[in-house]
Amino acid sequence: MENKGLNKVDLIFEKIEPKEVLIKAFKMSSAEIIQNMLDSGLKGRGGAGFPTGLKWKYTAAEKSSEKYIVCNADEGEPGTFKDREILERVSDKVHGGMAIAGKAIGAKMGIVYLRGEYRYMLPKLMIELDSFHKMIKEIGYDFNIEYRMGSGAYICGEESALFESIEGKRGEPRNKPPYPTVSGVFDKPTSINNVETLVTAMMIIQHGAKNFTQYGTKDSRGSKVFSVSGDTPTPGIFELELGMTVQQFVNVFGDGDTKAVQVGGASGFCVPRKKFAETIIGFEGVPTGGSMKLFNSSRSMYNLLHNYLDFFTEESCGQCTPCRVGCQQLLKGVEKVKKGEAKSTYLNELMKLADSMKIAAKCGLGQSVGNAFKSIVGNFREEIIY
Amino acid sequence: MINLLINDQQVSVQEGTTVLAAARKLKLNIPTLCNHDDLCVAGNCRVCLVEQKGARTLIASCATPVSQGMEIHTNTLKVRNARKHIFELLLSEHRSDCLKCYKNQNCELQSLANDFAFGDHVFLDLVEDHKYNIDRSSPSFIKDDSKCIRCQRCVRTCSELQYVSAIAVSNKGAQMKISSFNNRPMSHVVCTNCGQCVNRCPTGALVEKTYIDQVWDAIYDPDKHVVVQTAPAVRVALGEDLGYDPGERVTGKMVNALRQLGFSSVLDTDFSADLTIMEEGTELLLRLKKALVDGDKKVSLPMFTSCSPGWIKFIEHKYPEFLPNLSTCKSPQQMFGALAKTFYARKRNIDPSKIVSVSIMPCTAKKFEADRPEMRASGFKDVDYVLTTRELAVMIKQAGIDFRNIEEAKYDSIMGDSTGAGVIFGATGGVMEAALRTAYEIVTGREVPFGNLNITPVRGMDGVKEATIKIEGCVDAWKFLEGAELKVAIAHGLVNANKIMKLVREGKAPYHFIEIMACPGGCIGGGGQPIPTNMQIRKNRMKAIYAEDEHMVLRKSHENPEVIAIYKEFLEKPNSHKSHELLHTHYVERDNY
Repeated sequence: MENKGLNKVDLIFEKIEPKEVLIKAFKMSSAEIIQNMLDSGLKGRGGAGFPTGLKWKYTAAEKSSEKYIVCNADEGEPGTFKDREILERVSDKVHGGMAIAGKAIGAKMGIVYLRGEYRYMLPKLMIELDSFHKMIKEIGYDFNIEYRMGSGAYICGEESALFESIEGKRGEPRNKPPYPTVSGVFDKPTSINNVETLVTAMMIIQHGAKNFTQYGTKDSRGSKVFSVSGDTPTPGIFELELGMTVQQFVNVFGDGDTKAVQVGGASGFCVPRKKFAETIIGFEGVPTGGSMKLFNSSRSMYNLLHNYLDFFTEESCGQCTPCRVGCQQLLKGVEKVKKGEAKSTYLNELMKLADSMKIAAKCGLGQSVGNAFKSIVGNFREEIIY
Repeated sequence: MINLLINDQQVSVQEGTTVLAAARKLKLNIPTLCNHDDLCVAGNCRVCLVEQKGARTLIASCATPVSQGMEIHTNTLKVRNARKHIFELLLSEHRSDCLKCYKNQNCELQSLANDFAFGDHVFLDLVEDHKYNIDRSSPSFIKDDSKCIRCQRCVRTCSELQYVSAIAVSNKGAQMKISSFNNRPMSHVVCTNCGQCVNRCPTGALVEKTYIDQVWDAIYDPDKHVVVQTAPAVRVALGEDLGYDPGERVTGKMVNALRQLGFSSVLDTDFSADLTIMEEGTELLLRLKKALVDGDKKVSLPMFTSCSPGWIKFIEHKYPEFLPNLSTCKSPQQMFGALAKTFYARKRNIDPSKIVSVSIMPCTAKKFEADRPEMRASGFKDVDYVLTTRELAVMIKQAGIDFRNIEEAKYDSIMGDSTGAGVIFGATGGVMEAALRTAYEIVTGREVPFGNLNITPVRGMDGVKEATIKIEGCVDAWKFLEGAELKVAIAHGLVNANKIMKLVREGKAPYHFIEIMACPGGCIGGGGQPIPTNMQIRKNRMKAIYAEDEHMVLRKSHENPEVIAIYKEFLEKPNSHKSHELLHTHYVERDNY
């Protein structure tokens, strides 16, 4: 197992001259840009980890006079707040990354879907967007970005629900296929990328794919911005090289009493102390969109699970059976077990249900409810029962 | 062609075919709930999940297009376990009081439960947690959320087929539900009462509001004289609820059954359909005369038909500026009702207050229509109770009538005679065809120039149909129409009605006369017809309607002897003062929200 240890880096927030990077990018062909992404091994930073180069390649291959780059800034995963920081500090790199992606796939139009709660950032972002548009014009390139606001639904962070929301419809995930690369927003080929992915893409163009591959492991290239919260003396935003173990992470961020780390938010995995050393944070271990929540021994894992299930029961869009009803059953089920109104063996049935949800739900939300459920119940069963 | 393997069997299908359709080609049965042939794909119930080799998750077969070399298994352990879970989850939110449910034995959820026979239920019953609402406010149907499985068939029906969207999805997560605008009662939203949602609801969440008990009470009341009228489309569909295949004509048996149920007089809406043609045909010709001869610019053309109460409510809500274009003729149901308590009462020497007028309709909107305040021309409620085709089938079963083996019988007289023109009212284009058969003959003295009177351009299942009829060789009174081309259009399903109305609003509709029916296929596809419905079933019923027409001796409304008689004895002539009093109506503008 490749282990890089914990290394702080400063690439994402590094101040750069975006104009030079963009001029460099616009001189490249679409295929060259995509090749750079493929060579870099960059995987989506929203959490799902789809190779960015492939996404762009598929979208580029579609024949359509109208294509879109959508920046997913609907940062709603509990415990994730890194996209907010990125947009506050380096929105020029986000806009620049979108223009580069646009060049790669042949899109002249970009849309940023901004989380409803981040509306306060809009005035500043609009000023920065204006300067971006001016700069693009100076370079003599044609690319426009628009902002669309979310309204608070967690599900709208799911790519196809996000498209529906942009189109003015109820935010509900679509059936796939067709995938966004074929039919995305307004039914046009669309590459939808996370805020951080777009910034990273710009860095890759700036420094070259080779430079990027020096960071991270084979399966998880580069560095990543982590949102650290919970029982830690140093909560906040940290850019770290990928490839560390949870133990190495806890050694730096823990409060000396860490019993579990929830990696990847409510839809992620709970790693218990006994597995800290063997668990790599990354696509070969536990993937994360950035959320790292530490819990010490004063915390009830039942309360944690209950909180997550409550969240999913409310934030499921409700259209598909496994997610809508499954979440309710998991929530009411653990309540019954805790109160002693159901046998502890009922948890076994709920574990099977969580397995079914994982393979039967329509979208990533319903499919990932089982992650937290299974890892918390699996590792802290006694806390759920007693 | 795309080649794939399903359960190790090779199958070749067109690109774009769903895995579900490909499996059906191999006669493999995959259970479904949210899927419906008339509607777009939803993929939300997840009952139809199957396993695709190499895929991370199971896939919804109804929502996944086939791809080259795909390998599918429909009945693996993984599929079975997931399906059992999904099914049980659905049941945990559903009030399963099946024996007391109106949809007992005609419920897709129940039928799946029967097929699966899963037996024990592991998960918690969530019904009480939900505090479900039952909306009984509409005179046409009941919306019981405790039976709803959130498949959204009703939502898709209302938007895709009807362009009404009276119901939509609201809230999210556990609270997600199908609701009306602002959660208002269904009686107070833009709903046409068409009942198409009822036809497609797989459970008992949407059912017609029944008046069966009230009708039984009337029948058993010795003081009451209960007359019943039967709409054209009922006779070609009733059989489906009584063991026959779609498209079987059961007119004679139906008449006998109604008599056995105890109705005092079994009469025919086809009679008043013929009467409608006389009134509406004359109204059209008079409007044309005013426009062409008198140069009256205020004449509202094109004229729209007014038989379909779902369509009437649609235009009242959505295009109220065109209400003057509606024919002022009441629907055949309401013409019949007005005459039952006037003309019929007088002829039979019965006190009209003792008459209970019942109609058997393929329609749920007719229940609303009968309740309209305008429909009391006789001095009483013209039509007391409206039963759907389905409710009649229930009554026949309740009475223990052996429908298959009873004799055929004939309608009673006085408002029981009809022609083929009256029968075809039941299919889209039928009113137009019937009107043309009569109007053309009035104007030219000759039969319409179509073989065997079959005006084929106005028939069929196209959403919008158009025809042009050149009028030549007019009789003296109608010479001003000589050489004119009568342009007509027909739409069925309100989404198609809306297409035409948009053209009319934009001034791009070159028509003189437009027939609109709220339901797909016309009344044969009405919201009160037997469940299930799909295009093939509607086509079978339509074929039966035209067969019924072909078998009639008289096929033109103006030749109906009882129609001729009623004008002579009672109404004087079409559009007379008396006719206007009893057979015509007016409309009201309604809000579009």
